[in-house]
Amino acid sequence: MLEISSVQAGYDRTTVLHGVTVSVPKDAVATVLGHNGAGKSTLLRVAMGLLKPKKGAVLLGGEDITRLAPHQRVARGMAYVPQGQQSFPHLTTAENLRLVADGRPDGKEATAEALDLFPVLRELSGRRAGLLSGGQRQQLAIARALITRPRLLLLDEPTEGIQPSVVAEIEETILALTRRGGLSVLLVEQHVGFAMRAAQQYYVLEAGRVTSSGEGGTGAEPTVRAALSV
Amino acid sequence: MTVVLNQSFTGISIGAVLLLIALGLTLTFGQMGVINMAHGEFIMAGAYTTYVLQKSISSAGVSLLVALPLAFLVAGAMGALLEWLLIRRLYTRPLDTLLVTWGVSLMLQQLARDVFGAPNVQTAAPDILTGNISAGSVTFANNRLFILGLALLCVLGLTLILRFTPLGRRIRAVVQNRDLAEVSGIATGQVDRITFFIGSGLAGVAGVALTLVGPIGPTMGTNYIVDAFLVVVVGGIGQLKGAVITAFALGVLQSVLEYSTTVSVAKVVVLVAIVAFLQWRPQGLYTLRTRSLA
Repeated sequence: MLEISSVQAGYDRTTVLHGVTVSVPKDAVATVLGHNGAGKSTLLRVAMGLLKPKKGAVLLGGEDITRLAPHQRVARGMAYVPQGQQSFPHLTTAENLRLVADGRPDGKEATAEALDLFPVLRELSGRRAGLLSGGQRQQLAIARALITRPRLLLLDEPTEGIQPSVVAEIEETILALTRRGGLSVLLVEQHVGFAMRAAQQYYVLEAGRVTSSGEGGTGAEPTVRAALSV
Repeated sequence: MTVVLNQSFTGISIGAVLLLIALGLTLTFGQMGVINMAHGEFIMAGAYTTYVLQKSISSAGVSLLVALPLAFLVAGAMGALLEWLLIRRLYTRPLDTLLVTWGVSLMLQQLARDVFGAPNVQTAAPDILTGNISAGSVTFANNRLFILGLALLCVLGLTLILRFTPLGRRIRAVVQNRDLAEVSGIATGQVDRITFFIGSGLAGVAGVALTLVGPIGPTMGTNYIVDAFLVVVVGGIGQLKGAVITAFALGVLQSVLEYSTTVSVAKVVVLVAIVAFLQWRPQGLYTLRTRSLA
């Protein structure tokens, strides 16, 4: 579904990714693990088009999308939940969702489906997103991404900085989504247990290079932990 | 009492003119953060559109009515072109934007001199707007009432667009978090251009209104632009209701002080009051609360 091929990218003169190759199979979950500063979020920014790579290519379903703008990638079936529970703070919860649903023929149904996954958002529909808790904002961010009915979802540390009671709920929803079929996921995660439960494929990133990769599943967890402890 | 009421009305009408000019700036400066020094020249473009129209349409009333939408389109198109040609390349460089748009402002003024001549020109107001209405001992000038109505209509229209339309949601979203808007499927460059079109178009409408109260000249926009920026800053960046309250408050304050002192003293007192207010409340009259920085 997604091929990130020999990507070299960074900010100004600093190179963060040194020839990284990652692939997400169709209807499967691939996870990227690594310490802070390893380049995980940069990799997702390249995949989504927020950062243009200096070298390498990004292919979606075989099509070269390296030069496409992020909104053009969304039109081709990609969705992205960035790090840090981002929202449009002065728009209400409902407006945050309508913004994405506007102009889509299936917008209403897609919104209803997303709200079924996170029912708490219905009760908060009139509240400005900037006044929601971190967990509620993350649920809103995932719901907003799902309204576009993506075939590929990029998730950047979806449970980071969220109260434990909501973490379990978000994890279960993500697992349910990936098991439903028709959705490929590239998951960046620090929480190894959750990542390995969700993923069929893993990559360990260290200082901008893939240092370990293989099949996912809980059986591979010790290998990954060993790779991360180096 | 009569004097107070008359001066208050004069102040409100000054506020209405300020508001009309500042409305466009609440979008381009308040919402997008672009210090567009050529905004005044879009006002001028609106005014000259009225002048040109009146040469071909003899009825002053009809030409005024046609001028309002046409000036919006002319000034809006100029703004969109400026955004596309220059400003979009300078979004992260505010100082360069200020200098470049100032250069554009000078060029547009010279262009107006070359096309229409350096001396000011005048348009005829429709008969219905030349008289007065008296209520008791208070007199309301019809042209001032028209400008007040026009300003309030523009505020209402802009509010409705921003709050209740998909375009309004997109404009607010891009302003609040550009990257997130882009990855949510919004073509942010296109939204920027439309926002600039509307903001500049409103300046054109203000230009039409100004032909009812004064002459048309190449520097007419520059005379108002500083006051309009003050309205936006004091009202709270990007806050429509703040701009409305500030425009009328400044207008009334200016008018009352002018009556009791002189025009120059009134101007100085108003500016000192603004400086003191911004020392106490740098974010302006209105600001929005959030829990997150995102």
